Amino acid sequence: MAIEHYFILSAILFCIGMAVIITKKNAIVVLMGVELILNAANINFIAISQLDNIKLGGQFFALFVIVVAAAEAAVGLAIILKIYKYFSTTNLDEINQLKG
Amino acid sequence: MVEVMFYFFCGVAVLSALVVLFSKNILYAAFSLVATFMAVAGIYVIAGAEFVAITQIMVYVGGIVVLLIFGVMLTNKISGKAMITESRNKFSAAVVMTSLSALLIYAIFQMNFTALQGQAWIDNNNYKPTENLTNINQLGIGLMSDYILPFEIAAVLLLVALIGAATIAGYKERSDGH
Repeated sequence: MAIEHYFILSAILFCIGMAVIITKKNAIVVLMGVELILNAANINFIAISQLDNIKLGGQFFALFVIVVAAAEAAVGLAIILKIYKYFSTTNLDEINQLKG
Repeated sequence: MVEVMFYFFCGVAVLSALVVLFSKNILYAAFSLVATFMAVAGIYVIAGAEFVAITQIMVYVGGIVVLLIFGVMLTNKISGKAMITESRNKFSAAVVMTSLSALLIYAIFQMNFTALQGQAWIDNNNYKPTENLTNINQLGIGLMSDYILPFEIAAVLLLVALIGAATIAGYKERSDGH
């Protein structure tokens, strides 16, 4: 498999994830877009790590990206739950004040 | 055969990501995100990263998507209605994202990766491994030797994120009457 194909798949997934973040109004769907972007980055790491299959730097980096993504999803959902308790909505256009 | 599987997984990943983008129903988006993550795990296997593929399935499909669906359930008034999300900025997002993906794909085709591959081949041939190790052996030895500091920091990060999430989302009795 040519390594360019991994990069093109990753670029397409990145753009779809970015479009999800830009267009969606619900905060949870925006988090899904963030996960898509992190997956796109991971595909790049794995593809590059094929070239050096002895030291495996890319695979280690992808593992740590997955760990950070799990932590980010947990904290992000906790914040969204708190916002829902306060504003009674998760529509990002209606959440427009920082005062709590 | 491997090529067919690769393009199959690519197609599944891109199509189910497009379902996330175009579906109005949040639960459909969450379930097609599962399909995207599984397809990406298949691509990891084809690229020779079996352990990362298993980790992807366990953490993303088993953890993050379940967490997202919990979030959907907890932030919607369940009343038999479908959980709908609206969209905005559709036109500008379409313009920006098609042009960005065209730019990225153009740049990827402009780059010369064969030089990189040759360099890696030379590096790998100069390296003399002492024993024949599988992918998981190598990752385990690496995590306990070269990458021990990031590994421990990841453990602390997960602990902090867990306590932080529980503290932020947990129900608190307030004494000042709010």
